Amino acid sequence: MSLAETEGAAPAQSGQQGGEAAPAVNEPKMTARDANVYYGDAHALKQVDLDIGTNEVTSLIGPSGCGKSTFLRCLNRMNDVIDGCRVVGDIRLDEEDIYHPSLDVVQLRARVGMVFQKPNPFPKSIYENIVYGPRIHGMVNSKGDMDEIVESSLRRAGLWEEAKDRLEEPGTGLSGGQQQRLCIARAIAVNPEVILMDEPCSALDPIATSRIEELIDELRQNFTIVIVTHSMQQAARVSQRTAFFHLGILVEVGSTEDIFTNPKDKRTQDYITGRFG
Amino acid sequence: MNVLTILLVLLVLSTAAYFVGQRQALTVGGGSAKQLHSLPSYHGFYAALWVALPAIILLVLWLVIEPHIAESVLLANLPQAFSQLSQAELDLRIGEIKRLATGNIVGATISPELQAAADGYASTLTVSRIAMIVAMAVLVGIGFLFARKRISVSLRARNQVERVTTVIMFLASLIAILTTVGIILSLLFETGRFFTMVPFWDFLFGIHWSPQTALRADQVGASGAFGAIPLFAGTMLITVIAMFVAVPVGLFSAIYMSEYASPRVRAIAKPLLEVLAGIPTVVYGFFAALAVAPFFRGLGESVGLGVSSESALAAGMVMGIMIIPFVSSLSDDVMNAVPQTLRDGSYALGATQSETVRQVILPAALPGIVGAVLLAVSRAIGETMIVVMAAGLAANLTANPLESVTTVTVQIVTLLTGDQEFDSAKTLAAFALGLVLFVVTLCLNVYALHIVRKYREKYD
Repeated sequence: MSLAETEGAAPAQSGQQGGEAAPAVNEPKMTARDANVYYGDAHALKQVDLDIGTNEVTSLIGPSGCGKSTFLRCLNRMNDVIDGCRVVGDIRLDEEDIYHPSLDVVQLRARVGMVFQKPNPFPKSIYENIVYGPRIHGMVNSKGDMDEIVESSLRRAGLWEEAKDRLEEPGTGLSGGQQQRLCIARAIAVNPEVILMDEPCSALDPIATSRIEELIDELRQNFTIVIVTHSMQQAARVSQRTAFFHLGILVEVGSTEDIFTNPKDKRTQDYITGRFG
Repeated sequence: MNVLTILLVLLVLSTAAYFVGQRQALTVGGGSAKQLHSLPSYHGFYAALWVALPAIILLVLWLVIEPHIAESVLLANLPQAFSQLSQAELDLRIGEIKRLATGNIVGATISPELQAAADGYASTLTVSRIAMIVAMAVLVGIGFLFARKRISVSLRARNQVERVTTVIMFLASLIAILTTVGIILSLLFETGRFFTMVPFWDFLFGIHWSPQTALRADQVGASGAFGAIPLFAGTMLITVIAMFVAVPVGLFSAIYMSEYASPRVRAIAKPLLEVLAGIPTVVYGFFAALAVAPFFRGLGESVGLGVSSESALAAGMVMGIMIIPFVSSLSDDVMNAVPQTLRDGSYALGATQSETVRQVILPAALPGIVGAVLLAVSRAIGETMIVVMAAGLAANLTANPLESVTTVTVQIVTLLTGDQEFDSAKTLAAFALGLVLFVVTLCLNVYALHIVRKYREKYD
């Protein structure tokens, strides 16, 4: 009984708080209103309203299968690739509807980059991995441009010192943590506005994880970041805002501090204290 | 009682032993399988194996040794008259005696001595056969009693049955391997004989092919030539033409199947494409000879080009069509093996599908695709039926695809078709050609499989 009440209350709550209280977002980079995702007949994401703040790290937490990754993939239309997946609702990037027929998905993805759960460098050299994106978007014309973009991307991803002497070696030869930083560098190279990260540390050891977390904190200066994570500590460490998903519903969203110290919803409380999930 | 009957009887007996063993195991175990180390069925197999295996081993040994013993008995009992004969004549007589004894047709007139010897030989065989059956029956009995005695609660019947099964499987694979070794040895042996008649370098680098040997010195065609270069060149020409057809078509259809086609289209189109691989090569052969070759000749005439009716172009094109499924199916598999995460990574950077295919999928799948193409090449080189029907017999050394050329396989077929004497260079040349073909395709296959395997390891 109480569950049903809170379920109904949750979206309204987040919607209201979006405009006033602590987790308010003054300049939303991206907005989702009444976002629904269906995989065939399964309703995977239900009526989600969520703002992504500019130059903030927003973390999406929740148990497996709660729809957080699904929501993340809505933001750069990676769900388009999946057969039988249907997205309904209004999702905007800088007030522009990203599901509008006139929008070119290629340009959207140049503006909204993505880093995946498992490091997935292309089976090419480190150098080629970085210039891949800039080249397909026509951002580089000369060898000088490319060298510059490679160096600056690797520097911003904190990989330059380790990789500068082996740029021609295959990216797949790096360690897991280095590969993931290479993937981040690859995403940065296109100079996106938003970077989506789908559990970027789940395949990494604690040391590599802490390096990525530091990196995320630095990148916040220039990029808007949305990160899906299973680690509550990670969400608490890196993000300014946290959204808790459960069973395809956005249960609660607020400043990270509020969510972890003073959750309003019982399910959020249960999840962050480890009672389920 | 022939061997087939003996085997059938053995089968019946071992089946019976199976049930007896199974029943006994159940009885020993007090009506249930719980107490037993192995399930009752394993006890059954245990008994069945003890009944059948020793007898079968005896049978095989007996059948191998029997002819030698029977022959030496026959030789020992031959009448005096035979001892003056030469070895060749003796062999002939012995052959006649054997045929007489087994009731086959005999060429010579049957003398009384011959008849007597044949009767003696026949009775030797009968005695041997009876002795064998008795020995087998004894072995079956001993095996059965032994197995019955061994069956107990603690008998590790499963382990023993599985060990025997392993040995049987090993023997089966050994047969396959030994056959291959046998084929190679026979090729090597005959090729060695060929090279005693024709110098190795003349064969491998000679540019004139006219495989005939004269019976008399002044005969027409007394100057046989065994330079295989025109054949290698013809084979290469047809293979290259085939690859020009198969690689683009196969690769593009593989890209379409793995990257662009919807699952429904793929489910229909892929099997349809693979039907091409199921068409007998003979059918391709007359398609090439009766439809494609005349078409090219007509086309050539209309633009004033002389095209041979048996042009390399026609044979190569049809062969190319035949190997499309090899290229497309294998390439499709390797492209599907490229992890989805790489595609996602490329799309997430804003790459279009064609950019992803060209710059991520194809480079990642390239080793596998090269492997697929090499396998197709080795298939094209060894292909026989299409070229026999559609390519020519004349060994022209030319690079013009409109002329007729001949291939290694065509020449092997013509050299060995019909009655042949096996001591002439003409016939033995076929073995040398076969060996060359074998070595080339083997190397290609090994290299291609190596590439494919190396690639597979990378992503699994």
